[in-house]
Amino acid sequence: MLGLTKKDFTMFIVVIVMVALAPFLLNPFPQGSSLAQMFNAGYPDLMQRFVIFGILVIGFNILFGLTGYLSFGHAAFLGVGSYSAVWMFKLLGMNVIPGILLSMVVAGIFALAIGYVSLRRSGIYFSILTLAFAQMSYNLAYSVLGNPASNFNLTNGETGLQLLLTDPRILGQSTTPDGSLPVTNFFGIAMRDSYDLRMGDWLFTFNAGYYLCGVIMLISFYISIRIFRSPFGMMLRAVKSNQQRMNYTGLNTKPYTLAAFVISGIYAGLAGGLLSSMDPLAGAERMHWTASGEIVIMAILGGVGTLIGPILGAGFNEYFKNILSKINDSVLHQWLGFLPDGIEDFLVTIIHPFVGKGWHLTLGLLFMIVIIFLPGGLVQGGQKLGRKISGRSRRDAAKAAEQSKSAAE
Amino acid sequence: MGILEVKNVNKRFGGLQALGDVNLSIAEHSVHAIIGPNGAGKSTLLNCLVGKLMPDTGSVLFDGQSVLGRKPYQINQMGISRVFQTPEIFGDLSVLENMMIPCFAKRDGSFGLNAMTNMLDDREIVERAEHMLEEMNMADKRHMHSASLSRGDKRRLEIGMCLSQEPRLLLLDEPTAGMARADTNNTIDLLKQIKDKRDITIVIIEHDMHVVFSLAERITVLAQGTALVEDTPDKIKGHPKVREAYLGETQAA
Repeated sequence: MLGLTKKDFTMFIVVIVMVALAPFLLNPFPQGSSLAQMFNAGYPDLMQRFVIFGILVIGFNILFGLTGYLSFGHAAFLGVGSYSAVWMFKLLGMNVIPGILLSMVVAGIFALAIGYVSLRRSGIYFSILTLAFAQMSYNLAYSVLGNPASNFNLTNGETGLQLLLTDPRILGQSTTPDGSLPVTNFFGIAMRDSYDLRMGDWLFTFNAGYYLCGVIMLISFYISIRIFRSPFGMMLRAVKSNQQRMNYTGLNTKPYTLAAFVISGIYAGLAGGLLSSMDPLAGAERMHWTASGEIVIMAILGGVGTLIGPILGAGFNEYFKNILSKINDSVLHQWLGFLPDGIEDFLVTIIHPFVGKGWHLTLGLLFMIVIIFLPGGLVQGGQKLGRKISGRSRRDAAKAAEQSKSAAE
Repeated sequence: MGILEVKNVNKRFGGLQALGDVNLSIAEHSVHAIIGPNGAGKSTLLNCLVGKLMPDTGSVLFDGQSVLGRKPYQINQMGISRVFQTPEIFGDLSVLENMMIPCFAKRDGSFGLNAMTNMLDDREIVERAEHMLEEMNMADKRHMHSASLSRGDKRRLEIGMCLSQEPRLLLLDEPTAGMARADTNNTIDLLKQIKDKRDITIVIIEHDMHVVFSLAERITVLAQGTALVEDTPDKIKGHPKVREAYLGETQAA
């Protein structure tokens, strides 16, 4: 179906259902409860980040997972995409589609240029070259091309590129009738429009922007499945496996790796364009090398070279980042209030560095645990779990059969 | 004129003259062995033929066209396939996928961006690959991870991958190195079969005299970077210069 094998199609359907029902799945606790405050993730801003970073890592996985070329500068394409989209909102109008398209085109061209140079080397040298290009882009965006006083202010420096009431927006309106900034929309549907569904104590939010991003992520995911199963995808895996044999089999590896690099750059640009579409503000920090590192971490967390891994990795990372940074000392005191005062204070002191502003620390530990025990990422964890369950059920079935046999005797 | 003409090829690595004025002419449809002691320049010569190394001077003509300055993949597309000393296969891929890749390379050239079709839907390629696997007696292993094959099977797979491109010239770099006797004999039989069935020229670099004398129709002896003699196996066996430079050494050892 849809050109997919049965197994891939089932997985695709599962992802569609998960994306469609995310507002329910991510809000398991009733509104107002303390658990909801901490662990509910079903609000538009975070759900948008789940799917947008999903797109980013799906694209990154086409390069890293298939060809084994570890790009350490993918955030550059994310940033370029973000800036492109915001410029479209400033110049053309607030419909997100032209912005998203431009962000893909510009990121693609950018990836072509950076990839052409970086792919002359492989392994660690390739990683360093992409890192260098990304840091150059970051510095260009942060200062050189972003001086608000100059006539050529492409990125608006450290403030970030934002919409102004004086922007032309030739196909739209510079300001709304009531004198405020217009909002991003998809043919009239504002991205921030939400529909709230109340069911008893529960509150579920359905956000237009989230569903737009979700649909785009599903399309991206579908394309990535097709690439993985195509002759092109097989050639990319061959590049990872043995470049020497590739060359002596009459295949030119360079265009293959470059095509993979550009495709994953376009994915990153798309993600950047969507980030700007949800919140029309683009800053240079999106291109910082730590942002590139986070992409690598998300890919490895989920499972490199697997289809569903990138989505899991992006979700895991964003979710824990979010809840860990929300836990502060007063929350801890509230949780541990049942303990005697001395012990309570002691425990809060111990946990304090791992939560709130220290979320990096916990996420780092989680990352280490996953890498050490599940080198294949969360996907490998899922497979192990599945095998355990099916193994147990098979044993149970065997036992039951034996029992019925002995009973019959 | 032979299918492969090597004329006055010189190659120098720093102070070492690896190849000095090597001349070689390989007749079409023949099995030609290149033998010589360690360090004689056999591998250097081979690398000059496939584009891995560029000779300092001299010319290498394949079917009347120069191969010098071309990249390995371009030389392969001209019709020269190479089998390596240690089998070079795609270890992360299945046996069938390994065999499909050269079929794609043969049909679609050095680059193809068909990213939206399922590779298993390409019946022409799959059938060709499966046919080749059957010929190599590996059809039952098609879904195996190729890294888990035995050494002998890896060698068969690699030779099969080269043959599926229908090359005009097959270069083998010590195809039986590190193999047990039984595997060596299997490889000899396989190569004999290939020769009988196909319109192909084979150049083989080999240490094992058993292999050389069971296969070769002509032999070139390389020593210290120069081609000492070139003759039929029978004449080579009794050639005094060869005994001195090569066989004498191995006999003494």
